[in-house]
Order: sequence, then C-alpha cells, then structure tokens
Amino acid sequence: MSKLGNLGARLHRGEISYDFIGHRKLWYSISILITITAIVGLAVRGLNMGIDFQGGAVFTTEKTSVSVSQAEEYAKSASGHDAVVQKLGNGTLRIQIAGMDIKQSNEIKSDLAEDFKADPESITAELVGPSWGDQIASKAWQGLAIFMVLVVIYLAIAFEWRMAIAALVALIHDITITVGIYALVGFEVTPGTVIGLLTILGYSLYDTVVVFDSLKEQTKDLTKQTRFTYSEIANRSINGTLVRSINTTVVALLPVAGLLFIGGGFLGAGTLNDISLSLFVGLAAGAYSSIFIATPLVADLKEREPQIKALKKRVLAKRAQASAEEAPVQTRGDDTYGDEPEDAEAAVVGPRNQPASRGRGRGRPSGKRR
Amino acid sequence: MAAPKKGRSASAQSKPGRSLALILIAIVGLTAGMFASGHTTPRLGIDLAGGTSITLEAKSDQGSAINKANMDTAVEIMNRRVNGLGVSEAEVQTQGSRNIIVNIPKGTNSEKAREQVGTTAKLYFRPVLAQEATGSAAASPSASPSGSSSASPSPSASASGTGEKATSSSSPSASATSQGRAVTDALKADSTPSASASAKASSSASPSASASSGAAVTADDAALQAKYAALDCSKESVRAKAGEGVKPEDTTVACGEIDKVWYKYLLGPAAVDGTEVDKAQAVYDTQTAAGWQVTMDFNKSGAKKFATITGQLAQNTQPQNEFGIVLDGNVVSSPFVQNSITGGQAQISGSFTQEEAQGLANMLSYGALPLSFQEQSVTTVTAALGGDQLHAGLLAGAIGLLLVVIYLVAYYRGLALIALASLLVSAALTYVLMALLGPAIGFALNLPAVCGAIVAIGITADSFIVYFERVRDEIREGRTLRPAVERAWPRARRTILVSDFVSFLAAAVLFIVTVGKVQGFAFTLGLTTVLDVVVVFFFTKPLMTLIARRKFFASGHKWSGLDPKSLGAQPPLRRTRRPGGPAAGPVETKEA
Repeated sequence: MSKLGNLGARLHRGEISYDFIGHRKLWYSISILITITAIVGLAVRGLNMGIDFQGGAVFTTEKTSVSVSQAEEYAKSASGHDAVVQKLGNGTLRIQIAGMDIKQSNEIKSDLAEDFKADPESITAELVGPSWGDQIASKAWQGLAIFMVLVVIYLAIAFEWRMAIAALVALIHDITITVGIYALVGFEVTPGTVIGLLTILGYSLYDTVVVFDSLKEQTKDLTKQTRFTYSEIANRSINGTLVRSINTTVVALLPVAGLLFIGGGFLGAGTLNDISLSLFVGLAAGAYSSIFIATPLVADLKEREPQIKALKKRVLAKRAQASAEEAPVQTRGDDTYGDEPEDAEAAVVGPRNQPASRGRGRGRPSGKRR
Repeated sequence: MAAPKKGRSASAQSKPGRSLALILIAIVGLTAGMFASGHTTPRLGIDLAGGTSITLEAKSDQGSAINKANMDTAVEIMNRRVNGLGVSEAEVQTQGSRNIIVNIPKGTNSEKAREQVGTTAKLYFRPVLAQEATGSAAASPSASPSGSSSASPSPSASASGTGEKATSSSSPSASATSQGRAVTDALKADSTPSASASAKASSSASPSASASSGAAVTADDAALQAKYAALDCSKESVRAKAGEGVKPEDTTVACGEIDKVWYKYLLGPAAVDGTEVDKAQAVYDTQTAAGWQVTMDFNKSGAKKFATITGQLAQNTQPQNEFGIVLDGNVVSSPFVQNSITGGQAQISGSFTQEEAQGLANMLSYGALPLSFQEQSVTTVTAALGGDQLHAGLLAGAIGLLLVVIYLVAYYRGLALIALASLLVSAALTYVLMALLGPAIGFALNLPAVCGAIVAIGITADSFIVYFERVRDEIREGRTLRPAVERAWPRARRTILVSDFVSFLAAAVLFIVTVGKVQGFAFTLGLTTVLDVVVVFFFTKPLMTLIARRKFFASGHKWSGLDPKSLGAQPPLRRTRRPGGPAAGPVETKEA
C-alpha cells in the first residue's frame, strides 16, 4: 500500500493535487441534476409510508399451522405490500399491512382466507392507527429546526458564517438526495428509515466539519502571504485531507454496503434493505458533499470578500511580474487557476521540501523564493 | 505536551500507562457489573425479540365519548408512560375504533407496564371533610401534639409552597368525639364559599364557619354519611370500588394509606384538577427527612385555584385543613395546609418510595387519560422481523467489518493494530453499557439502532484516522516518530472535538425536544459520541505514545505503517543528504 502512502505524501507536499475548486461548476451541476431528479422522484412517486406512520389493517387468524414466513408471502401476494407477521401466544397470527381502507382489507381478508384454507369469518380484520403518531413527527421537526439554528450559530462561532451556510447547504443536499432516491426505489418508509436519515444528518455535518477544520487551519495567515489565492489554499486543504476522507468513507461505507448488498441482496432481509439503503446513499452523499460542494461553496463565498479579492489581485500581479522576470516555472500537476500558470511549490506554513528534481530555491531560507 | 526527552521522566512517562490502566479498569469494572446484574445481553426490541402485547378496550360507561381525538390522546399519553425516555421500544397504537394495543419488548416488566397504561390517572385535589382510620376504634388519627415541633397532628404528609415549609401545626382542635358531628356540619354547610382569604382565622372550632370550597350539599348527604360510616378501607375490594363513578363536583368518600394504615376520607368537590398541573417531578428532599417528594408546577388557572383553596383550608382545623390528593379514586396523600400557597408550586410529600414518587410525577406530568380502559387480553408476540433479519444483519455487518479490518491493515499496517484495539475497546464499552442500560432505564435495541451502531464504527474509526494521518504528515515533514506523535495530537484533538461536538449537539437537542423513537435514537447517538471521545483520549492516544517508544515503530519498520520511506518523507530539514538516507523519490515497496 506504499503507493497510497506515496500518494498521501505527494498530496501532502502539494506535488500532485486535483483541482476540486476549479471544477466546482461541474460538481454543482452534477449535484443540481441529482437533486432535481430526487425532487421530481419525490413529487411524482411520493413516499410510500409504512404502517407506523399511516396505520393500516391488522388481520388476526385463528390458531393455524401456517408459518410466519409463509404468512408473509401470502400477505405480500394478496396486498402487494410488505407485511409484518407475528405469532401470538395462543398460536394465532397477527398480520399487519400498511395503508388499507375497509374495502381493501375485506378483499385481502378473503384472499388470506383462501391461502390459509380457512373460513373468512375466522379471520378478523381491523384498522390500526399509526404507532408513530403526529406528535412524534411534529416534535421531531421541532427538534431538527432547533438543532439547525444551534448548529449554524455554533459553526459561525467556531469557524465563520460562510462555512455554517455551506455546511447547511451540504446537509440539505444530502438529505434531499437520500429521500429522493428512497422515493424512486419505492421502499416503504419505516421508523428505521427515519432513524437512518437522522444518522445521515449527523454524519454529513460531522464529515463537513472535519474538512472545514483543516481548511480553517490552512487559511489562518492567509493575508500575510502573496503566493496563493484563497481558492488555491482551499484546494490544498481538500487535497491534504483527501486521504483521510477516502479512508473514513471506506470504513463507514463498507459495513453498510455489507448490510445492503449481502444482507439485503443475498439474504433478502426486508427491513435491512430500508435502513441500509438510506444509510448507504446518505453516507456516500455526505462524503461527496463535504469535498465537492461545501468547500467550493466556502471558496465561492470567500472570494467575494474585499480582503480576499485584494489578495487575489496581489497574488496575480506578483505572478505576472514573476513570469515577466524569468521563464515561467513548469507546473506539476494538472491545475491551472484562471489563466495564470500556477507555481506548484507547496506550503504556506512551515518549510516544505521540493523534490530533488527541482533545484530552484535551494539553499535559501525555506519558503523564500526571492 | 512536549515529547519527553529521555527514558523515564516520571510525570510524562506514567501518563499513557495511567490512562490505559484507567480505561481498562473501567471496562473490567463495567463488565463485572454486567455479569453481577445478570443482564449480559442488551435488551432487544419487539422487532428483534418479540414481547408482550396488551389489548385495552375503552369503556364507554362514563359518558365521555369514545372518539378518534380522545383515542389519539390516550395513545400519546400511554406512549409517554411506557416509553418516557424513548429508549424502551414500546409501541402503542389504536386498533379499530375502541381498542388500543400496547406492545412491550421481552424482558420489560409487563406487570408494571400494564399498571402504567391501565390507570387513567384522574387526579383531583379535594378538601378533606372528615377522615378516620379504618378498622380501628380510634376515630381520628389526629392526636394532639404535645408541643413537640415535629409531630403533625395527622400522620399525613404536609403540603407546602416552595420556600415556605409548613411546620407542624400546633392548633389541633378537632377531637375524636367531634368527628362525627364535624362531618354533618360540613355537609350541611353553607354553600357559598368565602372567597376572601381573610386574615388567619383564630381557631374557630366550628367548621361551618369556614366551610370551604362550597360543598355542594345534595339530598344524599345522609346516604353519603352512611356510606362513609360503612366504608371499610382495609378491604381491597372495597377500596377498588370506592371512587367509582364519582364526578369531580360531587362530595365523595375515598380511601388512602398513610404509614401502612388505611384511612377513609369524606371529601368535598374537586377544587383543582390534575390536568392543571403543568409539570411534576420526583425529587429527593435532602433538607428535611421527608425523603422522596413530588413537586408540582401548576398552570395559571390551577395556581389561582390552588391559592384560593389553600387559603381557605388554612383557616380550618384538623382534619379540615387538609386536602386529599385523589388519584383514580384513592387518596395518595392528604397534606394539611397552614397558609395559602401562592406561586403555583407545591410539593407532595408522604412516605413515598422512589418508584412511587416517580410514578406519581410521571402520571401528573403526562396527565390523565381521557377515557378509562379495560384490559382485554395480554398475549406474547413473536419478533416482528423474522429472526433471519437479525442474523442476516449481523452476518452482513460482520463481513463489512472484516473488510474494514482488511482495509485498515493494508493501509495502516502496524498502526492498524492500534485502530483495531481502539475499535474493540469502543465496541466492548458500547456493548456493556447497552446491556447495563437495559435494566437501568429500559433501554432496548432495535434493528435501526444496530445499524446505527455500525455507522458509529465509521465515526469512531474516523477519529483515529484523522490522528494517524496527522502523525504521518509530521513524519513526512522529516520528524522522528516520538515528536511526531506528540505534535500531531493537539491538532488532531481539536478536529475530533469540534466534529464530535456537532454530533453531540444533535443528540442533546433531539433528546430534549423529541419523544418516542427519535428520542431513543438521540440517546444512542449521544452515547456513541461520548464513547468515541473517551476512547480516543484515554486509549488511542496513550497507546500511540507507548508504541512510539517501541523499536519496531520508532525505527519505521516496513510493516509498522510509519516507515518514513514508504510515507515518502523527505530527509530532515537540513538539506544535506545522508548517505543511505531515504532518496527523495518515493521508494516503491511491494503493493499491498
């Protein structure tokens, strides 16, 4: 894995870097496209609410020899919905199916009676109310609203308001995409799904904050130098934390992928699918948005600041001067900022070393080029 | 903290060992506690393990309409009673138009749950008109105190406004013999309440002078008296029926237990309704020897009424200066009043056990059920998700974790040992705590929570990935391992704390604001976040410090994951090439 170690090293030294910020229009477009798809999916297909949210019908059979898994299949073929089947203490079965009215439940009742080879009268059908009542939902929204306000205030204090805004945008982006894909796939929304969404909410912010923390550190003495613009430094910071981001995403996604593809796919576990799908999509979106959406957005917002604008001017002027004085330095990596050739020399903070192939600046105090 | 210079400079050197010892002791202690408590597995929710299903039917004999709104309210209140913290995984839903199903997971005390959901918890504050112990010849328990400052005339509790503790009353006048008459008088009392809470009444012996609360005297006062006289509260069957079918505005009889003795009461119309209690809490009174108490905050109208009634009662004599706190027809406490309690706060003290106090507070807080319910059936139910689901989930999760282990070992080599040890410690702590929280707060684990725990692994792993990457960056700068480990820590620490704070904020806000399953989720999130910080601070970091001294790591062995060569470190800052030093170009070792 030394190749990766190497990559880390070269990223660290800024020898190679991918221009995340420069291509931000592309990322924004991709995200907007996915988000629109998600919203359309949501609008057209809507969410398929489970029994916990909208109630449904409950059928109670007489004492029967039919197994739980058989009953599940019968109920699914009769209604087209996933059913929750429980065996009661007296040997009867309790079958719950979401979103039924009286008429439908009567039809299903007779279907079930046929499957069970029982008298339709022996099966009782009743409508059940939601166990996840309106109150839980309204309190949950209230809690989320309060949390959003607090987290924006906290991020504005710990970092700055631009980062708070960007983190919030990334968060909304992640949640929208997850919900939209959920609607498109058409899985039933269970309490598990909601818990999954809340987990994503936490993770998305967490991941963004880790990336921002490095960004804040890198841009500490920004205006005291005239070698890099804010966007360039932001880019360096993304590249610097890239290895961490990749590793964390892999570590977080692997078990969830296991749940989704192995647990759901091969073993065919129903509820696992609901939860792991929302988690998988959400975690992937969360990791993506921290790097491709949140940070470029901060750079965009920052570049509007007068101070930062002035810095950019100074940097560009200096570079123009430099390239006029001496032959332009060959760049390494594939990044060009605007129309200026970028000097791939690294590091704002502390001494960084040039690869041996490049003799410029040797023997001078580090970091000073002229 | 700077890296220690040499061998064993005690203070800095003992630190990592101490933290490690601390956390290991904590794990061992908790695990021992877990085995001692006999709950060695986390309690599982209904979806995974099944449980008990209670079907309740609304009774319509009390004239209150059984309609959707009332049923929904009842569901909400029951839900909060059985799932106060949102972690117990109990589920409550309506079935048909008159039934409510309560599902509680296996291992929960189903008796207790049945009590909790079944009681309507209709609570009234009624003035006491008469009171006597049942079964005993002693007519009234109000023994005249002989000037001693502690013994209150009745062994009952006392009510007090906050900040004005009622001291022992010293004007008991109702003697045993006058009891009977006092009742009669009270019942015939003028029904115009004296609204003016005037100056302290000098001990007016005749209760009629201050018949408070406008006792609605009905024609059946004689019947009521007869009923009162006949009431034998020592019989449970009698007690259960005593409060049946009583309207709040009636004068009624009731039973109550004080210090293991049953008393019967004749009570005036309800002055304050339990629904006017805003919030109630069980508190342990350390000031006096009162033990467990329930504090109540009344809402505006309740506070006004309470002030009025206590003002009136304060002018009466024992036992008519008492009010009975009547819960579902039984007197739970009959504190006496010394002066008007204004400000809308009061305490109920009695000989409560902690559970009783908390139960009462719970019921007062969540209010009364709008309907009475009758238990129809209690039956066990199997898991809502097939057992294969949990197995599939665990198997898939295990495979995923195995992949994580392989990835970490491939990438971090020797460092992966630290990562895995940290993950193990984290997992052990989580497991033990969840097992212990089962009996402690009714915590139950459902499938979403299991998946959440799997995601938490990622967040925990992230903390030391952040740290490892920092260390490796330092090594790339050309530092040797020990200073690298110490220098990397403060920066990694800040990142970990800032990002974990965001998660913890989410958990705290959601836990405070929400109810039900969302609250349960918030609890789990908070728990894993705190554990993450604990593990990184007290385990991962000290372990790093320790292994930094090991030759294998410090010398940057190829398999240590800290090999400056494979990390592509530059020669040290002074730009002189050491012979045999690492070449500038990264050295390729074999690909993992």
